[in-house]
Amino acid sequence: MAIIERPTDSPALAGAGAAVVTPSSSYGYFRRPVQSSGWKSWVFTVDHKKIGIMYGVVAMVFFFIGGFEALLIRAQLAQADGTILSADKYNQMFTMHATTMVFLFVMPMAAAFANYMMPLQIGARDVAFPRLNALSLWTFVFGGIFINTSWFLGGAADGGWFMYAPNSSVPFSPTNGVDFWTLGLLMTGVASQVGAVNLIVTALNMRAPGMTLMRMPIFTWMALVVQFLLLFAIPIITVALFLLLFQRNFDATFFSVADGADPLLWQHLFWLFGHPEVYILVLPAFGIISEVLPTFSRKPLFGYPFVVFSGAAIGLVGFGVWAHHMFAAGLGPISVAVFSVATMAIAVPTGVKIINWTLTMWGGKLWFSTAMLFAVGLIVQFTIGGLSGVTHAVAPSDTQQTDTYYIVAHFHYVIFGGAVLGLFSGIYYWWPKVFGKMLNETWGRWNFWLMIIGMNLTFGPMHIIGLQGQPRRMYVWTENRAGEGFFNLGFWNLVSSVGAFLLGLGALLFLVNVWVSRKNPPAPADPWDARSLEWITTSPPKEHNFDRIPTVHALDEFFHRKYEDVGEDGQHDYKQVRTGEQVIENEEANAEAHIHLPSPSYWPIILSFGLLVICYGVIYSTLLVAAGAAIAILALFGWALEPPTADDSEFEPPSSDGGQPSKELAHV
Amino acid sequence: MSDTTTEPRATPEPEAAIPPGYDDGQDHIGLAHHTTTGLSNTKLAMWLFLGSECLLFGGLISTYMLYRNRQGDAIGPDQLWDIPFTSATSFILLMSSLTMVLAVSAAKRKDERGTRLWLTVTALLGGLFLAGQVYEFTVFYREGLGYTTSLFSSSFYTLTGFHGVHVAVGIIMLLSLVGMLAKGRIVGDKAETVEMVGLYWHFVDVVWIVIFTLVYLIPA
Repeated sequence: MAIIERPTDSPALAGAGAAVVTPSSSYGYFRRPVQSSGWKSWVFTVDHKKIGIMYGVVAMVFFFIGGFEALLIRAQLAQADGTILSADKYNQMFTMHATTMVFLFVMPMAAAFANYMMPLQIGARDVAFPRLNALSLWTFVFGGIFINTSWFLGGAADGGWFMYAPNSSVPFSPTNGVDFWTLGLLMTGVASQVGAVNLIVTALNMRAPGMTLMRMPIFTWMALVVQFLLLFAIPIITVALFLLLFQRNFDATFFSVADGADPLLWQHLFWLFGHPEVYILVLPAFGIISEVLPTFSRKPLFGYPFVVFSGAAIGLVGFGVWAHHMFAAGLGPISVAVFSVATMAIAVPTGVKIINWTLTMWGGKLWFSTAMLFAVGLIVQFTIGGLSGVTHAVAPSDTQQTDTYYIVAHFHYVIFGGAVLGLFSGIYYWWPKVFGKMLNETWGRWNFWLMIIGMNLTFGPMHIIGLQGQPRRMYVWTENRAGEGFFNLGFWNLVSSVGAFLLGLGALLFLVNVWVSRKNPPAPADPWDARSLEWITTSPPKEHNFDRIPTVHALDEFFHRKYEDVGEDGQHDYKQVRTGEQVIENEEANAEAHIHLPSPSYWPIILSFGLLVICYGVIYSTLLVAAGAAIAILALFGWALEPPTADDSEFEPPSSDGGQPSKELAHV
Repeated sequence: MSDTTTEPRATPEPEAAIPPGYDDGQDHIGLAHHTTTGLSNTKLAMWLFLGSECLLFGGLISTYMLYRNRQGDAIGPDQLWDIPFTSATSFILLMSSLTMVLAVSAAKRKDERGTRLWLTVTALLGGLFLAGQVYEFTVFYREGLGYTTSLFSSSFYTLTGFHGVHVAVGIIMLLSLVGMLAKGRIVGDKAETVEMVGLYWHFVDVVWIVIFTLVYLIPA
């Protein structure tokens, strides 16, 4: 965005505001945005921190939309023969609840953390391709809005988030809902794909000196594994989505069973994407709590290499277990046996992680902040979900459980208990880093306990309901089959619904907390006595992240700058030799004089907008497709013709004394 | 504040130069810079993108292989393929990889005219291949193979269509590159930009070798 000039001769001034030289607006081929404040500085930004914050805010909005949909579902099922939703609306509701939570909340929330934290954790000033980063953000935002507009344009998709074909072809789903879903997911797929390429290059290529792979903070490692999963899983669902799109719009025959189509084609393509997707959802949360647990246990992460390699192993094996979603489809005994064993095998690296987390806490000086509570909550809840998951790996047992609420119970324990709790842990942990203020801990505790009690009341009874045989995706259940006594469906459904509203209240308390904490005093630079590189700078970080790119000497670099080993005879005994503030001051005192940041650009958001217009066009009018394509092509050429970073000579330094702007860079 | 001399690990560097091996966070395409792996950001990104493209074509090819004999009573591959003709267009596409190599080599020698010449020839050969594909599709359509005729036809047109779109995008990139080179509007390292388009172009060719073998040469 700017060239930042610092005094080279007076370190005493360090920490004071550096002069920011903004470029003149007419360099490059077209005019460029130059605003450094106001809405334009956000919409056209390429700064990974602003992009990360926007990812997080939009994901949070979708979290509450998806939560509202969930509450409608639970209200409908609270008693027998519910009348709140029609069968049709109910189908749309569970489809959109899952779609929203998976594609529009958990994935972008993880992207928010990866975007914001990865460059800071590896000691970089931005991601490898800042404009592509902006493209990812806006394509995701427009894709999410696009899918949700289907509510007002004839009804949303109604085939479940897995959208099994041929059930999702026109005769069975005649509204445009499925088309909105297909095109919208193609858009968010573009966002994920571009983001994956960008972040992999960032993690591999832009590390600070000394930051070897095995010194990378564990969150960055897990985020890197996730980007590889996205890179190879997204194209597979892209194929499936295109086939479905062509089936519905151009009368292709891929899923026309009457013509001899194989109904398993969609299932294989979808789950080849869908199972890695499960790890795409949960691994970022694993990474987050692997940062939180050591910090609040006052101990290093137990077995860092094991956590890294088990994460990579999960990613690898995750591509080889997809057919366990299809045990009831009749694959034949050999396939079922192979996928059954593979599924049991993938529980091993996951178990390794749980052992590592537990042993990290073992013997530590535990500090139960809200972030820590969420992290410990993840370990407990995810373990429950993992255990019920292993029961699905046993194919005969899975055949019994397929399409019952037992499955719903399982995947909410792993996705909510795993991914969502981890993301909340990260929000509480990094809030002072991102916004320079602490969140209120008392409200945080209420937030945590209501959510954890709410989730257990909501999803715990579903184990019972499911084993009793209540099927998923049915919009009503009836009293005369509800059973007696302890296993009465009516009682447990009611408990589950009450729990859901408690969970919703708990989630709302997060917003209350944000509101209550808005006027908190500035947070200390190192509020948690943290360990990794993102804390070696001010909070919130400056636009250029680091005054001086830190040189890395160890895993947990920040910790080792604060503490020294004074132990003797091979015993380790760490004593604090300086505070976090002092480490940061030392960095500022040696600030680099000349920092060159990438410049903002109009083209990413224009290109995303072009894609959005194309998507509406596919549903409504060919003319609109042409218009959208024209916008997109204009944006592509504008993009290609503009330099990513303005040349030094194209900056006009501020002329404070009213003199002529010179080509020389300003000195403060 | 602690004295830096007592700091055991972090040795301060008074000179503010960017340390070797460090990338300063700009998405400068091809500007002289250092990266951790030594591979430029754009090149690494292109390889990653092509890796994911393998999965895209993998999915499409699998779909075709599943449906290649499912045409019911409608016209099937054995009645349609004109192997000599498709071999000729395939040969043209393969030759375009050769001219692409010549373009990259000219760009590395900073031979501007040669670069533009070979890029144009590559685009022309790609255009010839596409023209052949359009002609072939027209013939198949006349013989009764519509997009919706059978499972075989849908999957055949989708697979080869996706490949055709990739070739078309490649041609647009090649011609844009020629224009931008002529006007001197390439941002960053010219030779590397040519090489990036080349990587994409070779990938599209390699995919065609797979498609030609699996779709046309192996008898149904």
